[in-house]
Amino acid sequence: MAVIDHQAELNRAGANVRGRLGGLLFFIRQYPLGAIGGLIMIAFLATAIFAPMLANYDPLSTNARASLAPPGGAHALGADFMGRDVLARIIYGARISLAVGVGATVVGCLIGMTIGLLSGFFGGWFDLIVQRLMDIMQSLPLLVMALVMAASLGPSLTNTIIAIAIPLVPNVARIIRSNTLSLREMPFVEAARAVGMSETRIAIHHVLPNTLAPLIVLATAQLGSAILVESALAFLGLGVPEPHPSWGRMLSESAAEYVRTAPWLVIFPGIAISAVVFGTNLLGDAIRDMLDPRQRF
Amino acid sequence: MATLAARTETQKAATAGKGAVLEVEDLQTYFYTRNGLVKAVDGVSFSLQRGETLAIVGESGCGKSVTALSLMRLVADPPGRIVGGSMRLDGVDLVGLDAAAMRLVRGKEISMIFQEPMTSLNPVMTIGRQISEALLLHETNSRKAALARAVEMLNLVGIPEPQQRVKEYPHQLSGGMRQRAMIAMALACNPKVLIADEPTSALDVTIQAQILELIAKLRRELGTAVILITHDLGVVAETAERVIVMYAGRKVEEAGVGELFAHPLHPYTRGLMNSIPRLALMRSEGAKAATRLQEIPGIVPALSNLPPGCTFAPRCAFASDECRRAYPPYEQKRDGHWAACWHSDKVARASDG
Repeated sequence: MAVIDHQAELNRAGANVRGRLGGLLFFIRQYPLGAIGGLIMIAFLATAIFAPMLANYDPLSTNARASLAPPGGAHALGADFMGRDVLARIIYGARISLAVGVGATVVGCLIGMTIGLLSGFFGGWFDLIVQRLMDIMQSLPLLVMALVMAASLGPSLTNTIIAIAIPLVPNVARIIRSNTLSLREMPFVEAARAVGMSETRIAIHHVLPNTLAPLIVLATAQLGSAILVESALAFLGLGVPEPHPSWGRMLSESAAEYVRTAPWLVIFPGIAISAVVFGTNLLGDAIRDMLDPRQRF
Repeated sequence: MATLAARTETQKAATAGKGAVLEVEDLQTYFYTRNGLVKAVDGVSFSLQRGETLAIVGESGCGKSVTALSLMRLVADPPGRIVGGSMRLDGVDLVGLDAAAMRLVRGKEISMIFQEPMTSLNPVMTIGRQISEALLLHETNSRKAALARAVEMLNLVGIPEPQQRVKEYPHQLSGGMRQRAMIAMALACNPKVLIADEPTSALDVTIQAQILELIAKLRRELGTAVILITHDLGVVAETAERVIVMYAGRKVEEAGVGELFAHPLHPYTRGLMNSIPRLALMRSEGAKAATRLQEIPGIVPALSNLPPGCTFAPRCAFASDECRRAYPPYEQKRDGHWAACWHSDKVARASDG
């Protein structure tokens, strides 16, 4: 009969994890893929924040002599037609992607949360009208919605954020609403009423915090698709306007003309987009597993 | 603890002058449903003395929980509505209060413990925060003071290490502990009336006794009047002073607990008592050996479609034509013992003999 090493089993279950550092190490051991995703996201964040320190060149300054310079040499990842350093543009582009990704996700989640809570908790005609509106919005693909919004709002950073945030709203509103519907029948809501709490206060203090776990999972997934949609919009010429270095725009500028002659103009921004979306998805999956009580033991 | 002791003193002084704290008169709570009008509570009257324990018993669906929710004005509207009667708490009629005024009463003057301790606490909020919420709503603006009071309350309801427990979440407590925390929450503002709606049904038997003892102890110490809603006559015998028996939305019998158990005058009450398992029956001793446990035949009639006459007649062994014709008057049959039955004399004789 196999001898069970109780101490080893306990270690595996994380029984003697102490402190923040211990907790972090335990997370890494438990969710290695999530840790990789987290690492990518940290690198992405750091790049965006410390862009001026990391980049050797100004992403906007042109240099005719360096036009279409290949990778290596003075320009590590090459230079584009106007002689702008690709690495510097990717580094500064992280700021745009981060601003649009996080901005759109936060705005979309806030609006969606409010709508979902109002329509789930208070119901009535508001719920009916708003949910039909959400149905209509959900019948269009995210990109098409964003495309229409961006085209009608005109190109600017704020407008791009709004154009991506609005199509995210129905997903969030749906999830919050369905959670709220089951939560408002919970005995603790009745108990809160029994101590004299008002309906608004119950909605904000008791129902909303209980919907946060699924919202966090959804938000991480949305972050990836928001970044992707921003790239797509920029590729189609509707994103953040020139001369800001957006990854999607870098692709679209060079894809048609230079993909054969100067492939580095397409490959490196493409890698950047893929890496960040991959990172958010890995992290999102790990968070979902962590918050799912069925997988916790 | 000093403040608590002082508070208990003042409350005792207040209780010294006995009198009714809650007077319910002809309460009618109706539900307007697709299947018709459901008279869930139909003309129930009672009064609750300061510091008293009043039990309301009956089967599922007899209207006891709706009575409790009506007292809190928490009946869902639609479909339910309090359509008549009055509920005077220290002279103030709760039926007439608007929503905002009623919120000031809930939790402060009259509070409630629910059946399900497992789900009556918010899973994402610490115990301490949930108890202090009631205090922040009614008594103090200081989070610190409220939390200190929460610790005091947890100590009072017998939760060990209250300093530690206030920081914990509901899933870290057992069912009995959670019910204690619920009681602490309900009593935090020192209400005049505590409604306990089957507080022990979801707990295992060993914990039940502890929780009932705790409620009794707090009633003695704080002078809170308790309305205990239950279907368990064992619990009634242990804790209540006076008992109301409800059937199909109406009060069918009311008496002191000793009187009721000694001389039940309504066949329904008698039926409830006969359906309690007793050791003498099980041990096969003497003449009563191997007697089967008796039940009340049939079920509570659908409240939307009540029979004419006495609502219990279809299930009653004593029923006569008179019973099927007219609902019996609710009368005082013995000293302090009221019942609504045409044949209470026969019932009494059958019980005594």
